[in-house]
Order: sequence, then C-alpha cells, then structure tokens
Amino acid sequence: MSYRIIEKKEIAPIVHLMKVLAPDVARASKAGQFIILRIDETSERIPLTIADFDVREGTVSIIFQEMGKTTKQLAKMSEADELQDFVGPLGTPADVRKLGTVILVGGGVGIAPVYPQVKAYREAGNKVISVIGARNKDLLILEDEMKAASDELHIATDDGSKGHHGFVTDVVKQILDSGEDIARIVVIGPPILMKVAAGMTAPYGVETIVSLNPIMIDGTGMCGGCRVSVGGETKFACVDGPEFDAHKVDFNLLMSRLALYRDEESRCLEDHDHKHDPDHKCTCRGEN
Amino acid sequence: MVHRQAMPHQDAKERAHNFNEVALGYSSEQAIAEASRCLECKNPVCVDGCPVNIDIPAFISWMKAGDFDRAIDIIKLTNSLPAVCGRVCPQEVQCEELCVLAKKGEPVAIGRLERFCADHERERGVVPPSKVEHTGKKVAVIGAGPAGLTAAADLAKAGHEVTIFESLHETGGVLTYGIPEFRLPKSIVKEEVDYIRQLGVDLKVDYVIGKIKTLDELREDFDAVFLGTGAGLPKFMGIPGENLNGVYSANEFLTRVNLMKAYQFPNYGTPIKKGKKVIVVGGGNVAMDAARSALRLGAEEVSIVYRRSDDELPARREEIDNAKEEGIVFRLLTNPVRILEGENMTVNGVECIRMELGEPDESGRRSPVPKEGSEHVIDADVVIIAIGTSPNPMIFSGSSGLETNSRGTIIVDENGKTSLDNVYAAGDAVTGAATVISAMGAAKVAAASINRMLSN
Repeated sequence: MSYRIIEKKEIAPIVHLMKVLAPDVARASKAGQFIILRIDETSERIPLTIADFDVREGTVSIIFQEMGKTTKQLAKMSEADELQDFVGPLGTPADVRKLGTVILVGGGVGIAPVYPQVKAYREAGNKVISVIGARNKDLLILEDEMKAASDELHIATDDGSKGHHGFVTDVVKQILDSGEDIARIVVIGPPILMKVAAGMTAPYGVETIVSLNPIMIDGTGMCGGCRVSVGGETKFACVDGPEFDAHKVDFNLLMSRLALYRDEESRCLEDHDHKHDPDHKCTCRGEN
Repeated sequence: MVHRQAMPHQDAKERAHNFNEVALGYSSEQAIAEASRCLECKNPVCVDGCPVNIDIPAFISWMKAGDFDRAIDIIKLTNSLPAVCGRVCPQEVQCEELCVLAKKGEPVAIGRLERFCADHERERGVVPPSKVEHTGKKVAVIGAGPAGLTAAADLAKAGHEVTIFESLHETGGVLTYGIPEFRLPKSIVKEEVDYIRQLGVDLKVDYVIGKIKTLDELREDFDAVFLGTGAGLPKFMGIPGENLNGVYSANEFLTRVNLMKAYQFPNYGTPIKKGKKVIVVGGGNVAMDAARSALRLGAEEVSIVYRRSDDELPARREEIDNAKEEGIVFRLLTNPVRILEGENMTVNGVECIRMELGEPDESGRRSPVPKEGSEHVIDADVVIIAIGTSPNPMIFSGSSGLETNSRGTIIVDENGKTSLDNVYAAGDAVTGAATVISAMGAAKVAAASINRMLSN
C-alpha cells in the first residue's frame, strides 16, 4: 500500500505537520486514537497520535518532532511523496462525554494530540479550558487553532518568552486553587510532564487522564512491547489505552522502557547521518 | 531395503551464526531415490494423515518417473502452500506416522518430497492459474495467515470475488512474523502468496478489522466472511519482573527479527536487544524458534527453560535436535519464579525452581510439581516468554453476536460456521495456538461450506 502526503510544513523548529491521504483511516478516526506508519521497506514502524482528521478530504494529520532516525527521515519528505504504510485508527478512543468543565493540557508536541480532544470535548457540551506550554514561544504549536477551539486558553513557557513563566502544571494548579469546579483533566506531553501533573492533581482528587506513547510494533495487541503498569496491573497501551488514569500509571517503568533502545537508536542515527551527510561529525545524541 | 534419504543441512557451527535456511533440500537424484521407496499401497493410509488430503501416492508415483511437473500439479489441487507445508508441517505425526514403512522406523519422507516438488516448480517458474468464471458473490477473508490464504485460494478457485484484509504490512501471518527465515525463507512465503494473488484474490494490507471497519460493516458489504485471525495475543507468566527491560514475549522478539528484520539492524530500522545470556521460557516450536534466533543474533549462551522433561517437549523432534546441535542449552524440569532486576530496570538473571513430574493432568501429560528449596539463579540479560498465545479479541469489537468460549476462541460448528449467519472461522482463532497445517485443513472445510452456502 502507499499513502500520499498532501501537505507538509514545519510549524515550529524541527516540529512538522503532515497531512496524509488515507480516506478509510480518516473515516473511522476518533479523538484519542493513533496511527502507525512505516516510511519504506527498511524503516521501523512508529506510532503517532492523530492530530486531526478530515473525513470529507479523506486526510489524517500527524505532528512529529525530529528526534531519531525515522522522524528525521520523515522530516525530509515532502508533498506528493508517499509513505509505504499508514495503519489506523488504533487504540481505544478517548472517553469524551459531557462532564462540565474540563482542563486539557498539552506540553510540547503533546499539544498536537490534545487539539482533536479539545474539539471533541467542546462538541460534547463541556466548557474547555486549555493549557499549552513549550520550552519557548517559538516551539509553541497550534496556538491559534487551540484558541479558536477552546473556551479559555492559557500559555506557559519555560523561559517566560510567552504567557506564564514556568510549567503548564503551575497554571493548572492556579485554576484548581481558584476553586473552579473541574470535572476532569487530560494531560498529554513528555512522560516527565505527565508524571509531574499526575502528582500535582492527585491531592485535589480530580480525575486525571494521560495518553501514553510507549514503544510499539504492531499496535494491535500482538507483541506486548507496549506493556505499561496501571494500578499494579499490566496493560497493553496499544489496545487497552493509550489513555489511562494518571494516578495509577507507573511512570518510572514507562520512562525506563522508553529508553530501552537508546544505544541502538543513536547507532542507527549515526549510521543514517553518515550515509546522508559526508561532513557529519559523530555526536551520538543518544535520543530515541 | 533402501534407507530413507537424509536431508542435507547447513553445518551446525556455521548456521548458528547466520539466518540462511538450515535444511537445504534434496537433489533430484535423492528425490527420485526417496520417492522410489514408496510401496504404493493399495489402501494408502498416509492420505488419512494429511489435513488437506493431498493425493500422496499419486504425486510420489510421478516423482518416481522423474516427472516433477505433474507431481506438483497434483499437490496443488488441494494445497496452495506446498513450499511452506513441505518445510513446517509436523509430518512425523501426520502422513509419515501412518506410512506403512513407519512401522520399521523409516517412513517415506513425504514432507521433504513435497518441498522438493514445490521448490522445483519455483525454480522452473510457476504457471499462472487459469481464470475461472465468476459467480458474482463476494467473500471477505480476515487475516492473511495460513487459514486465510487457504480459504481465499479455495474460494477464488470456485469463482467467488475474494478480498483478504490483513492488519500488518506484510501477508503470511505467522509464516511471516513468527517462523524464522532459517526455517522458512520469506521469499518463499511471498511467492506462494503471489500465486494466491494470481488466482484473483485482492489483498489489502494495513487494514485492521475491528478498527477501520467492523465485522458488522463487512457483513453488509460481502455475501460471506471468513475469520482467520489466528491466535496473536501473547501470554505472560504473571511472575515478578516480567515488565523489566529485556523481557520479551516470543511474539515481539520474533516479530522484530522476522517481520521487521532486526537482524539486519541498522540497515533495517527496528532494533532488538541481542543479549549475552538469553533464557527462553517454554518448550514448543515457538520457543525453539526464539532460542535459535537469539543464538544467531550473537548471544553467548541461550537456554530453554522448560518445566517438564525432554519427553514432554511439545516442539517437533527435528527442531529440538537442530537446536541441540546448534548449542542451545536445555534446562529441563525447571520453572522461573521471578525475574531479577538490575540497573535501570533491566534483567539481571532469573530465579528458577526445579520441578518433578507428578500425576498426569487433563492433557494426559504428567504435571510438574515444584521441589521445595531448589531455588537457584540463572544468569541472563534477555528473557523471552514463549508459553503460548490466545486469540486477539480486537476482531470482536463491532461484531455483535459472535460467540466465543472462555478461552477467547471462536465457537464454530462442524462446517466451520460461527454463531453469525454467513460468518465462518477456522485456524488458531478457533482452536487456540496449533499448527499451520491444521489451520489450513480447517480452513478448507470452512471454505467448502461457504461455497455450498453461496451456491444455493
């Protein structure tokens, strides 16, 4: 199979949006689900949360940050290029229903998967307070879209270049402390952000949901590589998730499992850079 | 009496370091010599042992005459995957067990002869099948594994318009993601799948039924649906330490190696923890495949840890012997109790306990009982759990009324029909994890039922 890239743009430094023609996937997609793609015959399968979908156009959008070899290779692709595989929608859709007021939190590239949820929660009749953050204002994505889709939008940057100087969790804490009745908080971002957020909201007793993105191969429950521990039970994030009760997730296990192939990944990236850039100096970034 | 022709093998020391096929296949001379051992019994009982009813005496008789073209034509009348079956069928408990010569310990090597014919055909060039007249009926087949491919081939030959939906990016199911290259080269699977495509079957990959479309939706678009979804859900033991880094299900380990070609990393992008000391838990064919793959990836020591004794190992004897020859260590009557944690949540050995055999259980095998105080630690940095799989429940989301039993397998009648009208099933999805050929046999029964139903 092959799936044409309809649109591609860099929406922040090393962060890219890609709109892919996949009508069957678009038709079945719901907020909270993900896809797995494979660039070509030799590349790995990587899971990416669906950032948007358009049934009429038959497109699914993904947003990714250049990190390892695969995302760097993906970033070099352009409109009219084709991905070899684009499988989805996978995972259980987000449990969106009318609850009252909800806070949706997106950190870094995690803003992308939050966006369809903002729309879905709003459509279901909720008041949606969105809180988005990044290291600095240049890395902040989808600000306009989030503003249009939310009832309220708060911004935080680590360096204070825009909005609150600090973390998104500070802003969420202020909202909780203000006494507003919050029915649910959804947090999507780097594991460390989700871990900190879970710890922060626990004393308030507000239901908190996180979307986990562990290493996967098939995404259909077949390999068990994406096992996470939730409330002491082993779950497969690909089929039982990706959303779980933040207060029950073992984030330390998640983070250690995400780092499993760090050595192999940097070796793979080195190999890739050597092949594509003769002037490349070995820097071994150690990302995955 | 001429002895059974030995199968030429790649040398054990050499093959332990490569992924090339272990069994090299007969030469034409060997094939004719082996075929000539067949007594051509008046009442050929060997056929009773073949789940897909190959006319064994007939194809062997053409082989004796050196006419391999006719031999393969006969095989293909009932088996669309002969190169696969010739390699991975447990003939020793099927056709060959019933061969009259088996009583003297040396049955005709029917499986090897089947393989020879299929390989001969591939080298010669496969003749595309002749097109048949269409019936105008549409059948959806879910899963491109042994059951799905077999049902699709039979239904296409009967003139129905068949579409296979496969969730992975490659066809073949367990033949592709599970069985390693050194036992079943993937190019051979591809060519047998191509033949099925030439029968007119439309193959859609990347298509997850239960997510992209539900079974209920498919039933509206097709006159019949065949479920060949297999048993893809890995079982874990439920012991402490199973989520540590370096613990794999056999499914994940083998999928990384076979489907994603992690043995060619970094030329292929999927990584794998190769491990210095690898423990594989389980004693079936999948355990042997995982252990031998780990060895080929470069492990210093690979052990099979199995709770019963050598006699009870469920793997094929041929594969057990191959594994032993290659240097796999068998730690029998041993069972893991917990996996020990090292730095950064990695595996640092496995605590095991010795077992002894007690009374036979419901499967008739003597059940293992732990020997108190016999706990000991085996050094390991990678652990592969190969204790079985169960059907993947994903297909059941959006399949109102499809009945399953407590083990999660689909309930069917003797014709392969499920609780839903026009929906049939066969293979591991019905029986739980079993063999390629039993799935194919049951798929033929279900396909024949579908054909009867559509012809009425």
